[in-house]
Parts: sequence; C-alpha cells; structure tokens
Amino acid sequence: MADETIIDVRDVHKTFVSDTRPTLWQRLTGKPHVQKRVEVLKGVDLVVHRGETIAILGSSGSGKSTLLRCVNKLETIDAGRIYVNGHLIGYEERDGELIAEKASVTAQKRTDIGFVFQHFNLFLNKTALGNVMAPLRDVKKLSAAEAREIAVPNLEMVGLGDKMDNYPSKLSGGQKQRVAIARALAMEPSVMLFDEPTSALDPELVGEVLAVIKKIAQQGTTMVIVTHEMQFARDIADRIVVMDQGVIVEEGPPSRIFTAPQHPKTRALLSRSGILPA
Amino acid sequence: MDFVKNTLAVFPALLQAVPVVVQLALGAMAIALVLGLLVALARISSIKILRGIATVYLEVIRGTPLLVQLVYIFFVLPSIGVSIDPVPAGILGLGLNYAAYLSEVFRSAILSVEHGQTEAALSLGYTPSKTLWKVVIPQSFVVSMGPIGNYFIAMIKDTALTSVIAVTEILKTANILNSQTFQTTAIYTAAAILYLIISLPLSRVVVVLERKARASG
Ligand SMILES: Nc1ncnc2c1ncn2[C@@H]1O[C@H](COP(=O)(O)OP(=O)(O)OP(=O)(O)O)[C@@H](O)[C@H]1O
Ligand SMILES: [Mg+2]
Repeated sequence: MADETIIDVRDVHKTFVSDTRPTLWQRLTGKPHVQKRVEVLKGVDLVVHRGETIAILGSSGSGKSTLLRCVNKLETIDAGRIYVNGHLIGYEERDGELIAEKASVTAQKRTDIGFVFQHFNLFLNKTALGNVMAPLRDVKKLSAAEAREIAVPNLEMVGLGDKMDNYPSKLSGGQKQRVAIARALAMEPSVMLFDEPTSALDPELVGEVLAVIKKIAQQGTTMVIVTHEMQFARDIADRIVVMDQGVIVEEGPPSRIFTAPQHPKTRALLSRSGILPA
Repeated sequence: MDFVKNTLAVFPALLQAVPVVVQLALGAMAIALVLGLLVALARISSIKILRGIATVYLEVIRGTPLLVQLVYIFFVLPSIGVSIDPVPAGILGLGLNYAAYLSEVFRSAILSVEHGQTEAALSLGYTPSKTLWKVVIPQSFVVSMGPIGNYFIAMIKDTALTSVIAVTEILKTANILNSQTFQTTAIYTAAAILYLIISLPLSRVVVVLERKARASG
C-alpha cells in the first residue's frame, strides 16, 4: 500500500506542570502556591505514511521534542490519541474506554519505534558493538551470535566497521551519533524518530551524520526528523511540518514551503535562517 | 637485632589466623554486597514502606558502633534463643554493618547514571525493571568499584574487632601469644605488619580498578 499510515497523531495535548511542592516559606506564610503550568502541545494532528520522510521545523520551545517524545511515550499525553502502526500508544481501548497499559506493553510497542536523541545516549559501559547488540539480546532475546550478525552490518552501514570495539569515550560526537542510529535501526522499527540529531555536534561532524540519515531515508525508511538544518530538511524531506507554540501552523512539500510559505511564522523562521530575504 | 628476630619469629603463629580473616572478609562482603544493593533499591523505590524500612536500617547501623553490634549479635541474641558461633556471628555483624555503607555507595552510583541512558533503554523497548537491571545497575557497579574496594580494605581491618566475640583472628591470636610469652612489642608489631602486608597490595588493586572504571566511563 502506498499510503499506509504508520503514525497517526490525533488532537494531542500536553501540559507540563512544574514541581508542585510548596516551599518552606510558602508553608510558613500560608501564601497559596501557584502551580506553573505550561501547555506545550495544544491540539496536534499529524499523519505519517510508510516510506515518508517528515522534517519538523520550528523555533525553540515550540514543542517539537515534546511531540516526538509523546509518540514513543517518553512523555505521557493529556488528551488525544497517538497510533503507531495501528497500535494506540500508552493505552488499551476497551469498549470505547481508554485504560492505561502496563509498562511491558508500552515497552513492546516501543521496539517498533526507533528514537535518536540529540545527546546520543549511548551505554557508556559498552563498546559500539556492545551498544548495538544490547537491545537485540536483552529485548529481542537473540543469542550473542544472532545479535552480532545483525549488529555488524548495521555498524558497517553507518561507516563504523573499524570502530566496533571502541567505547563511547573513544568515539567522536559524530561517531557516537552514528552508533546510536545503528542501535536504533538494528531493532528494525517501523519508523525512526530523530530529535535534533546534529545539534550537539561540532560543525565539522554534522555532515557525516546527515549523510547517514540521508542514506537511511533513501532506503525507504519511514522517518520523522526534528532539525534546525534547513537545507538538509529541504533536501531529504517529502513533507515539511512547521510548529509554533504547540501547534502545527503549516505543512507541505519542501518545494512549496521553502519558496512560498503561507504562514507568517514559517516566513519568519525561513528568513531567520537566511533562506528567505528578511 | 633481637627485636627483628623476635618479630619475625611471631609470624608463623599469626599466619595461622589469616584463613579466618579471609573467611570473615569474603563472607561479610558477600552479605554486604547483596544486602547493600537491596537496601539501595529500597531507598530509591516508590514504595513508601520499603523506603521507611531501609532508612531505619541505615540510621540504626550508622548510629551505633560496629563493636556494639558485634557484641549484641554474639552476647545478646542468645538470650532470645538465637546462638551463633563466633565466626558466623562475625560474618553476620560485619556484613550487616557494611551493607549499610555500601547501600549508600550503590544509591549514589545508581543516581549518577545519566537519565539519558535510561531513556535510551526505554526507547529501545527495555521495560523499566529491565532498564534498571541491564543498564543502570551494571553501570553503577563500575562506578562503585573503587569505593567498594576501599570498604573491603576497611572491613579487613575491622575483622580485628571480632576478637571480642571469641573469633581467633590475627589480634586474638596475638593476644593469646602475648599472654604466653609477654613479648608484647614483637607480637603486636608483627600483627600490625601483617595487616599492612594484606592491605597495601589491595590498595594498589583498588587504584587500578578505579582507573579502569574511569577509562570505560
Ligand atoms: N519536562 C518538562 N517540564 C516542564 N517543562 C518542559 C519540560 N520539557 C519541555 N518543557 C517546556 O515545553 C516547551 C516545549 O519544549 P520542547 O523541548 O518540546 O521544545 P522544542 O521545540 O523541542 O525546542 P528546542 O528547539 O529548543 O529543542 C518549552 O517551553 C519547555 O520549556
Ligand atoms: Mg527540542
């Protein structure tokens, strides 16, 4: 099927409530403690089809990371629904009612969603190969030989065939991120989510990571990538999604978004990055 | 040169006590590692009762001297019908005591594992408990290696305290020799040197372990 839905985000809301414990002073004076509430997602709808590459753009604090993290339930949504490959995330639906699911069920659903973090988050006590093998063994219960058989080609694919025995402390930022990508890919998820995969890298290391992501996109992997790399987004995305203050303000093919943006926030974003004249 | 000769002459008798010290230290360390990890997990658990029990345990152990704890186990427990032989009593006392201190080592080591790695594990499909056992705890062991080693050395020296509950370890052996020959200086000098001979190489091992832990972290 050409337009099989992989991710279906429906009217998702998310509010962060900051620490609710009153301070000693507030308790002593009896002053009411005002909870700080920030509504970060204010009704987001997004559909991602199989094989699509989606780039999410938006200014800092617009809710891009939060949206991505909600999709694999690193954050819990307050309202709305998220389906990945037809499975409702975080809940079971029984007779039209939503019941919070068990942690093991969430874990099972997460194996189908690859996530790449800004700060790599490699297991520091494991080599590059160990990092890629670990979830294959611990989660997929493969034998060491089977795990290695999957891990090695994935590391070779990201260009790290010669660095497999290095610990993260002996890898550059770009290499660490490529290990993280290989680790996520080796689980053969239906979709890969990237949260600013190159933002923590020295400028000269950005290219090698973007090249790997591009290669994965060209292999037909479904992916959503949050990025500030405008040219890269334009280059690889099938669709650009622009977020601002917790909502999607505009989406469309890069050819249109980058040449004829409709929304003022999109225009502001593009002129700030020097793509449109200010 | 008489002093040197006399001191050396004491060693064979004192060496007889080394197997007991090894038994005490290894046995107590096994208890301390397992119980210490459990107490650490209880302290960071979300279950209030577990946290409470662990905290009380910690405060009681840290708030009373090890010597008193050993005496309590050996001399007081029999009055409620629990008699334990000297060596097992020593292992139990040292183990329970060091478990409290090791639990603090484990707790801070567990909390020092960056949250990012926990999130990575979750995102790869590890359940929360699998994340704890496969990702967080193995790494906290690496971080804990040095402090555990140092506590192990301290524990070896603390085995001397079990002399008061009739364990024939190095100090008790020295006491017995002293009561027979009255060569006080030679006997206790030999005992002190014997403790040094045991703990100095171990200190070197700990330094190497710490360096290794840092390199892989
Ligand atoms: N755990 C949290 N607790 C409270 N507030 C949070 C939390 N995480 C994010 N926020 C707030 O939510 C808002 C959106 O954050 P988010 O990280 O999703 O933005 P972003 O679009 O990814 O920004 P950036 O480009 O800087 O990464 C921000 O105002 C942020 O301060
Ligand atoms: Mg972000």
